[in-house]
Amino acid sequence: MTDTVVQPGSGAAIKAASARIADPEQRVLERIAEIRKRKPSMREDAITMSHGAGGKASHTLVTALFGDILSNPVLDQLGDQAVLQLPGVDSIGLAVTTDSFVVSPLFFPGGDIGELAVNGTINDLAVGGATPLGISAAFILEEGLDVATLRRVVESMRRAADRAGVNIVTGDTKVVPRGKADQLFITTTGVGVVPLPQRVAIPRIVPGDVVLLSGAMGDHGSTVMLARGDVDLEADNLRSDTMALHGLTAALLGDGIDVHFMRDATRGGVATVLNEIAQSAGVAVAIDEASLPVHDEVRGVAEILGIDPLYIANEGKLVAIVAKEHASRALEVMRSRPEGTEAAVIGEVMAEPEGMVFIHTGFGGTRVVDMLIGDPLPRIC
Amino acid sequence: MCLAIPARLVEYVDADRLYGKVELGGVQRRINTSLLVGEDATEPGEYVLVHVGFALSRVSETEAAETLRILEEMGPAYHDEVDQIRQWQAMEDELVGANYRESNGKATV
Amino acid sequence: MKFADEFRDADLARALGARIAGEAGDKHWKIMEVCGGHTHTIFKYGIEDLLPSNVELVHGPGCPVCVIPMGRLDDGIAVAHQPGVIFTCFGDLMRVPGSEGSLLDAKAAGADVRMVYSPLDALKIAQQNPDRKVVFYAIGFETTAPSTALTLMRAKAEGIRNLFVFCNHVTIIPPMKAILDSPDLQLDGFLGPGHVSTVVGIRPFEFVTSNYNKPVVVVGFEPLDILQGVHMIIQQIHEGRCEVENQYKRVVHDDGNPKALEVLARVFKLRSHFEWRGLGFISQSALELQDEFAEHDAEKVFSVPGVRVADPKACQCGEVLKGVLKPWECKVFGTACTPETPIGTCMVSSEGACAAYYNFGRYSRARERERVLASGDRPDASGNGHTNGSVSEHDLRPIPVQAR
Repeated sequence: MTDTVVQPGSGAAIKAASARIADPEQRVLERIAEIRKRKPSMREDAITMSHGAGGKASHTLVTALFGDILSNPVLDQLGDQAVLQLPGVDSIGLAVTTDSFVVSPLFFPGGDIGELAVNGTINDLAVGGATPLGISAAFILEEGLDVATLRRVVESMRRAADRAGVNIVTGDTKVVPRGKADQLFITTTGVGVVPLPQRVAIPRIVPGDVVLLSGAMGDHGSTVMLARGDVDLEADNLRSDTMALHGLTAALLGDGIDVHFMRDATRGGVATVLNEIAQSAGVAVAIDEASLPVHDEVRGVAEILGIDPLYIANEGKLVAIVAKEHASRALEVMRSRPEGTEAAVIGEVMAEPEGMVFIHTGFGGTRVVDMLIGDPLPRIC
Repeated sequence: MCLAIPARLVEYVDADRLYGKVELGGVQRRINTSLLVGEDATEPGEYVLVHVGFALSRVSETEAAETLRILEEMGPAYHDEVDQIRQWQAMEDELVGANYRESNGKATV
Repeated sequence: MKFADEFRDADLARALGARIAGEAGDKHWKIMEVCGGHTHTIFKYGIEDLLPSNVELVHGPGCPVCVIPMGRLDDGIAVAHQPGVIFTCFGDLMRVPGSEGSLLDAKAAGADVRMVYSPLDALKIAQQNPDRKVVFYAIGFETTAPSTALTLMRAKAEGIRNLFVFCNHVTIIPPMKAILDSPDLQLDGFLGPGHVSTVVGIRPFEFVTSNYNKPVVVVGFEPLDILQGVHMIIQQIHEGRCEVENQYKRVVHDDGNPKALEVLARVFKLRSHFEWRGLGFISQSALELQDEFAEHDAEKVFSVPGVRVADPKACQCGEVLKGVLKPWECKVFGTACTPETPIGTCMVSSEGACAAYYNFGRYSRARERERVLASGDRPDASGNGHTNGSVSEHDLRPIPVQAR
């Protein structure tokens, strides 16, 4: 008994069905969907490590506390960067972004805190289509920090800045007593210019768009986890993937490709970015498990610890949402660049069920990929 | 019951064979191997089941092959059903949308 | 990855699902999978999508995190707050809610709580911090207990006196018996816990076949293992057999691992009784340290509140653990109780039936309905019987909420 007016395969079909079927399970599923759309609120009395993991708790902290108190039209967009109008100027805007780097250990295979700081800041500007102009860097130094260590970090920042062609133009330093900072914290601000109106923006995402990922997932998070030495794992080939992506983004945008949106996948992993996109744009994102690029060592670490690579942090990868007609060209451009040799098409955008990310497993099944709750905690069970 | 995974025993690290190194996908881990005795005695190069840093048993290649053989035997007799399933899969793909495999080529590393 | 990928073959899985559909006939089958690891695999790979609708997998109490009563977790948190203590536990435990917050909250409040991947990590921390008291909150069934035992033996041998174990190891047979004795559930068979069996073998499950006349197949944790197990149960019933079979022969010996059993006997003894969340007190169902290891027993060395805390009124974890309720049938599922605001352990633990369903299951069920309506005609119109993910009139009837 199907309603012939309703398009088969559409989310509307589900809704029509549930009106007809007295199915308690379906009602529960709908209730969950509704509740998920509601604005989150801060319930905790104290900040926990979950709030820093990049998943739901972080998201709630930002939207329900900071976003709520500081609300204004620019902030409310919660973009990777804020775009400010310059008085008297219509064609370009000023892009501003800020970030803090608190990684431990300071040095790890493939990079260090300094490199992360420079590359991460550039990436937040680049994914918005902005050309980075300069970076500021503020340092909080713990009493007792080895000067040689500090020198090493700053030299690394110099090299990263030179490689990217962006200068560190101003900064600040503070020293706090022993124990009040984990050796060294860095906060950066990146400033750039972006043509207006912005080519890449959440409202440009439409069903039918193709989702691309610029390379293999989980390298950074796994590397840092092992570098901490908490778990007796060795992986000689595992390295952080930290790198500046503004060359890649410029190539994509410069080639006339209809890029609708880009975001770099940092803490919380690719799954978190896709969920943010699905929720902000009110669309569904369907990804194909077989297409997800993952290095063997990351797969090994993930398997041993019981974590999903979709949730492990990256520092040199971006997700791009591109118009369907330009998807293969976009893939070509990505793969032709050093930042994107392992790029892949990983999925597509659909209309419904909105706000949801789901994955087609190699197994022929489909399941939901939810946002990370707290830290991706390894499991024994 | 829980998360135990088969990993290759690379080597023992002490003479009494109480500790060893296993490898999975290029990642190595130091584990306790003191339970690998009797039927579970394992030589380097063979596989063991690892759980919370301990090897619980040896993975028998012969038994694994036998289990797979039984599973594979169930396949050919049901070609018709498998074809129907494949048709369903195609219908489902159509409902869902694009087939990513064709636009990707070799995507995984 | 060897010994894993081969058992995840999608084509074989579909063929097996089809075979099961053919053999299942019209009977409604209810097979309980005891182990949390099985629940996880079933949802992760959408195994229920491959089975015909009349073969139902019921999730049992095999999640050692889920069965810890709140009071017991509060005890752990109380120990974590004591001066000089470094509290160590597995990641699974960090977000489980006690009556006043989780271990993660305790960490935020200043307790030195550290996640470890192995009891040996706790031993290492004890060695590196001789002036601190390192407590390891041990959880797990017989799979994990030997690891705790070996760690304690090592601590004793090396004179590491500042390592303490808060023992919550439980055994699998008593809750299985409790479920079999319960009138709420009518099961056709059990998928036995594969990794517990690497330690205890398959003989301990013979009481199910001899006293309760239900077949048991001990299975592995890959999708093909579980499907093969279901097939073997159906075959047993058709052939009039009732036995304990071993599907997981590549790692399970019928007699288990004698060394592991020896180590268990040396370090642990059975408690007279232990409280299981949702199942109440069960006798001889949990382990405690032998007197020889008393100086490492956290319950003897630290004073713990030992208060029995009733589950929140809204919480129906007990019924879900027994397989009486499906996750979505719990009144607070998805509303007050979600993975970020869990009320009970079934939602917090990644093995819990509720978390598994919330994360993995809900979309596949929604899509199932979409397919039913979108297709118009039934997929089994060819008369071949139920096939992959097939739906029939059964799926469109309201599912009764009371225990079946």
